[in-house]
Amino acid sequence: MRALRRDLTAALVALVVLTLVLGLGYPLLVTGIAQVAFPGAANGSLVRDGAGRVIGSRLLGQGFGGRARDFQSRPSQTGYSASATAFSNAGPNDAATRAAIAASARAYLRRERPYDPALTRAAIPPDAVQTSASGVDPHISVANARIQTHRVATARGLPLARVERLIAAHTDGRALGLFGEPGVNVLTLNLALDEEGSR
Amino acid sequence: MTAQGWLQLAVFLGLIVAVTPLLGGYMARVFTGERVLLARVLGPVERGFYRLLRVDPAHEHDWKAYARAVLAFSLVSWLGLYAILQLQGHLPFNPAGFGPAPWDVTFNTTSSYVTNTNWQYYGGETTLSNFSQMAGLAVQNFASAAVGIAVVVAVIRGFAARSVATLGNFWVDLTRTLLYVLLPIAFVAALVLVSQGVVQSLAAAHHGIVVGPVASQEAIKLLGTNGGGFYNVNSAMPFENPTAFSNLVEMLLIVCIPAALTATFGRMVGSRRQGWAVFAGMLALFAVAVAIVFVAEGHGSPAQHLAGVAGGNMEGKEVRFGIADSSLFAAITTVTSCGAVNAAMQSLTGFGGALPMASMMTGEVVFGGVGSGLASMLLFVLLAVFLAGLMVGRTPEYLGKKIGVREVKLTMAGTLAVPLLVLATTAVAIATRAGKASLSVHGPQGFSETLYAYTSQANNNGSAFAGYSGFVQPHPPGNAGASGIAFADLLGSGAMLAGRFLPLLAVLAVAGALAGRRVAPAGPGTMRTDTPTFVVLLVGTILLVALLTFVPALLLGPVVQGLAGRTF
Repeated sequence: MRALRRDLTAALVALVVLTLVLGLGYPLLVTGIAQVAFPGAANGSLVRDGAGRVIGSRLLGQGFGGRARDFQSRPSQTGYSASATAFSNAGPNDAATRAAIAASARAYLRRERPYDPALTRAAIPPDAVQTSASGVDPHISVANARIQTHRVATARGLPLARVERLIAAHTDGRALGLFGEPGVNVLTLNLALDEEGSR
Repeated sequence: MTAQGWLQLAVFLGLIVAVTPLLGGYMARVFTGERVLLARVLGPVERGFYRLLRVDPAHEHDWKAYARAVLAFSLVSWLGLYAILQLQGHLPFNPAGFGPAPWDVTFNTTSSYVTNTNWQYYGGETTLSNFSQMAGLAVQNFASAAVGIAVVVAVIRGFAARSVATLGNFWVDLTRTLLYVLLPIAFVAALVLVSQGVVQSLAAAHHGIVVGPVASQEAIKLLGTNGGGFYNVNSAMPFENPTAFSNLVEMLLIVCIPAALTATFGRMVGSRRQGWAVFAGMLALFAVAVAIVFVAEGHGSPAQHLAGVAGGNMEGKEVRFGIADSSLFAAITTVTSCGAVNAAMQSLTGFGGALPMASMMTGEVVFGGVGSGLASMLLFVLLAVFLAGLMVGRTPEYLGKKIGVREVKLTMAGTLAVPLLVLATTAVAIATRAGKASLSVHGPQGFSETLYAYTSQANNNGSAFAGYSGFVQPHPPGNAGASGIAFADLLGSGAMLAGRFLPLLAVLAVAGALAGRRVAPAGPGTMRTDTPTFVVLLVGTILLVALLTFVPALLLGPVVQGLAGRTF
């Protein structure tokens, strides 16, 4: 019994000390260094407009309301919420999943086919019609962006080649040239297009 | 299923092989009391900590005293964490002004973090203050991981040829793990993650964007195979895992310690080949699991094919990770006891979801949790040795130590406790009205959800088919006006606590029985346990136990889904 009491006392002291060191000291030290060394990244990689107003984060996808002149993000379960993230939890054999994907595919074709008449349902990249994990995936696949190029170039009156160059400039490549998949950052691409148009 | 994808998987396996001897050798030096470089700086801190705790670092425990210290520390941790979470409304660093979550949800969360499970019925950014995340959850991320490592180190000492019958001092192992292994690696990793875009700030939410002390928590969440995310969608959230590079770092953080402990084991028992043999068994099972998930996900889901969309299954996956790195992460997080996710597990295809489930069902011995994985694996090693002994009619022995009746009984108890727990809790949850209140969908997917939930909790994993719910929140989500589903919360808590401490006690008892036992020199009749033949036997034993136990359950859920080309 005395041994148990000794262990419990040691455990209590250990927990208090660990809470101070690991629970406060460690995260506050990391915060301090991060805020000095990587202030942009540590605060959410925020993107501002010309007047300095925050319009989002380059890491968080947003909705672009189906506007013809903008590249469109992937479907989001949460309406692109950055304050309450959630999975769709759409199962691979759920009838509801099938219906949701079919509805997204119809909407995608309705939006893109007027500008790209050869587009078929089977040629739609899967990322364009299936919801992302985070609901705020900032990227679309390169194939998805290429299809949307026709619409955006027409709506903005820009040459196709110029839009394609911008896509290349806003594509985040693989890590070490190997890991992950290339993705086109939709927010920064649309902002670059806005700038291109106003020039 | 591109060549690029296969190359990623192959290179990642290579990275694990490369890291294992380096980190494993370092940890062996830490736990045999050798002076490591960091000890020059942190030595005074270590000794000061012992004085505060009033423990004598030179005093070693037998297995019962060691287990008592582990249980005492875990009990106090549980009470402390429960108090912090319930009192968060009165504590600092609470920019969103969150009150406490319902008591049953908090009960589940507390059991979850103290057992290194990190099962989450709550969404972090909508329910927890920064104080609860930092001083509550992240502290247990460190502590529960350190407990797991301390226990396996004690177990290794039992297997090693030492002249004493003790297993070491828990407080010393705990301290050295934290000071020389977890804290330094987590610190460096946190800064690397920030450089990639993981947020680290104490500011309040602004413009609808929630930030917090994420990077510091992310690093230990993965390194300690904890898995509980700051955000609800875990490592899929760009603020937790912004780039393909951060994803690579996170995957390595998860697997490095569990893998490296095999090398630590080899060095501490005086035969590196023994460590590599165990490692080889783990790596083989892991490679098969990853490959199957990758093929299944690349093939796409029935729902998508029926909707006329070709290509791989991107539902619940992020573009920057793609199918290869999402499959790899799903396999890594379930062969280890991590449970962090970078994709929605519930949206994996039938077989893509079956493999993570099956990986957990092996008892997470393929790398496994920090510490608990190797500890459980050593039980399987004893089982394999025992089976081989039966076949050839010799007294089984491992590393020169005879395995007696008592050790075999304890081994059986240790390996069967968790599978029984999984099946019993799943059966209760699927057969009762109270259990079905947690389902998001019926049919095979509903069964898969339930099976996954109790497999994950009893094995202390923490990943989820996240449709399964124990927490009902209003819109927009928060704690005010929310309620828990007490049945799921408490059944899950029971599974997590029993799943953590029953195998832990069994394996400590085995180690205690083996400690100090005389080592017989190897003779011509000794079965070698460092050969490919033994690795095959070991893998076979693991598969045999897992398959016999779980195939009927797997058939009812994920296998039906995988084979059916239709929706339900």
